[in-house]
Amino acid sequence: MSPEITITDTTRSGRITMVLALCAVLALACAPLVATSAHLNLMVQIFAYLALATLWNLLAGFSGLVSVGQQAFVGIGGYALFGLTIFADLHPLLALALAGIIGAVIALPVAGLLFRLRGAYFAIGSWVAAEVFRLLASQISALGGGSGTSLPARIVTSMASSRVWREYVIYWTGLAIAVVVIGLTIFLLRSRFGLALRAIHYNEGAARASGVNVTRVKLIVFVLAGFGTAMVGALIFLQKLRISPDAAFSVNDWTAFVIFMAVIGGIGRIEGPIIGCLIFFVLRETLADMGALYLMMLGLVAIVIMLRAPRGIAGWLSEKLGFDLVPLSRRVVFAKSKGDSHV
Amino acid sequence: MDWVNSITQGILVGGLYAMFAAGLSLIFGVMRLVNIAHGDLVVLAAYLALVVTTTLGLDPLTSLLIIVPLMALIGYALQRFLLNRTLGDDLLPPLLVTFGLSVILQNGLMEIFTPDSRKLQAGAIETATLTLSSDLSLGILPLLQFGVAVAIIGGLQLLSYRTAWGRAFRATSDDQTTVQLVGVDPRHVFAMAMALSLAVIAVAGVFLAVRANFDPSMGPARLIFGFEAVIIGGLGNLWGTLAGGVILGVAQAIGAKIDPGWQLLAGHLVFLIVLAVRPEGFFPRVQH
Repeated sequence: MSPEITITDTTRSGRITMVLALCAVLALACAPLVATSAHLNLMVQIFAYLALATLWNLLAGFSGLVSVGQQAFVGIGGYALFGLTIFADLHPLLALALAGIIGAVIALPVAGLLFRLRGAYFAIGSWVAAEVFRLLASQISALGGGSGTSLPARIVTSMASSRVWREYVIYWTGLAIAVVVIGLTIFLLRSRFGLALRAIHYNEGAARASGVNVTRVKLIVFVLAGFGTAMVGALIFLQKLRISPDAAFSVNDWTAFVIFMAVIGGIGRIEGPIIGCLIFFVLRETLADMGALYLMMLGLVAIVIMLRAPRGIAGWLSEKLGFDLVPLSRRVVFAKSKGDSHV
Repeated sequence: MDWVNSITQGILVGGLYAMFAAGLSLIFGVMRLVNIAHGDLVVLAAYLALVVTTTLGLDPLTSLLIIVPLMALIGYALQRFLLNRTLGDDLLPPLLVTFGLSVILQNGLMEIFTPDSRKLQAGAIETATLTLSSDLSLGILPLLQFGVAVAIIGGLQLLSYRTAWGRAFRATSDDQTTVQLVGVDPRHVFAMAMALSLAVIAVAGVFLAVRANFDPSMGPARLIFGFEAVIIGGLGNLWGTLAGGVILGVAQAIGAKIDPGWQLLAGHLVFLIVLAVRPEGFFPRVQH
């Protein structure tokens, strides 16, 4: 008689992380009660980067789609928010949700073109796509062309009449976006779909042979990332209240920093970009006065990590601790024998 | 006649784009490496030329005698000590390391030379023209630049197919393990390929600096132009790369003629159209 086996995808460390994460989210949701306006502003930026880094990791770390053009979707989201509120008079939060849908819809044809490029050429192709959207945005004269425009006061006040409540609304929206993006990414990666992604990651040919529709799987990831990234873009520019093509489609702000976070935290792990994001903000708050030197240092750190510890801090941690903070793999568990002997 | 003039200028600029592309195409061909810092290295060469011309009082074209070997040396060291470690089955390390390098170069140049735009002065040759008719005259400098681009591409072609080095490049590209059996060290071959790529970049950088203003942030756009020329021309074909550069240059010239805001957009659109209808480019070396 063979031992009974079950497949499990939960571990004790995973459950502990989950409980701690829930507590953290609850605490963060109550933060407006105690935090100052400057802190709330900073937190919204952190939420935005948490979501961006998680989405970039989903593309590059789990799906082999190394994009250096995700700023395209940040910009599209920002411009969608401004367009929908200014021209269609939509409520900013409704416009933010629609911005996500617009991002997803635009991601489809973009993927259609970019998926013709393999590997590293896909990366530069995605950058070209972002440049095209930047140049197109600077042609929209109704939104200020190349110099951009501000969100009119009537739209700002339509969110909430007092400044404090506007900050709360943006804060909670940011928190919700970060939690939903991270939560859905975990859910996606632990699902059957995640299994297909993992199979593609390890061996694309073998995955294909096992019946995985590789192009379809990658397309779905790219469109989902476009959706999420555009929503984050809308959030970022809802907070900034001002948009311009250079700010909205900035490769430094929306891709270089994000890549830095993922690399230092650990590509291909859920907790990687989260750790990387927190480190990035600590560095930024302490060293940003150094300007160009600070950016050079970020580049140097990313190179050293990529060469010396390509799995990043999260990978190193998991090796030292012997367990994953956010387990994504499935394990075989042998049922304990109850007295009766079997081979 | 106005149009003929614009298109001619576009063709000549295409030579510069072909130089960006040739270096990119070369290292991709030999070691499947896409160097994100490629454009920033072009700008680095321009700044090195600025330093050499101002400190030694050389004219920019003579400064090539120093800049080309210097950039080749930088390329060799870069590949041997840094980029060789990133090569392997995984796509991420070379991409992200060269991306980090791009950030370092851009900000380093910004720190040393300020973000202000500069230009190299080449003297009388800058304004010298060849008059073909009353409406059409060609600058000597753009003509020279185009001629140099053609010579570089011809030279690389000869090197690839007629010399021992070319054979080593192609053999290492085909099978890194087997070449070691015949005494070829892939690490050295890769480093030589990067040295050659940066030598081409050096020439491109100096011409770029003589023809127009440059500043530390313009690297990524040069990478993109080179990349577009590679894809339009067809992967792995050097003469195709020249054609790709010319097509891109002409597209930008026509775009600029319609509306100044459309110059770059027109180039990108041609690239996207090629990607949509002929993703293998116009002159691919390998037919699938």
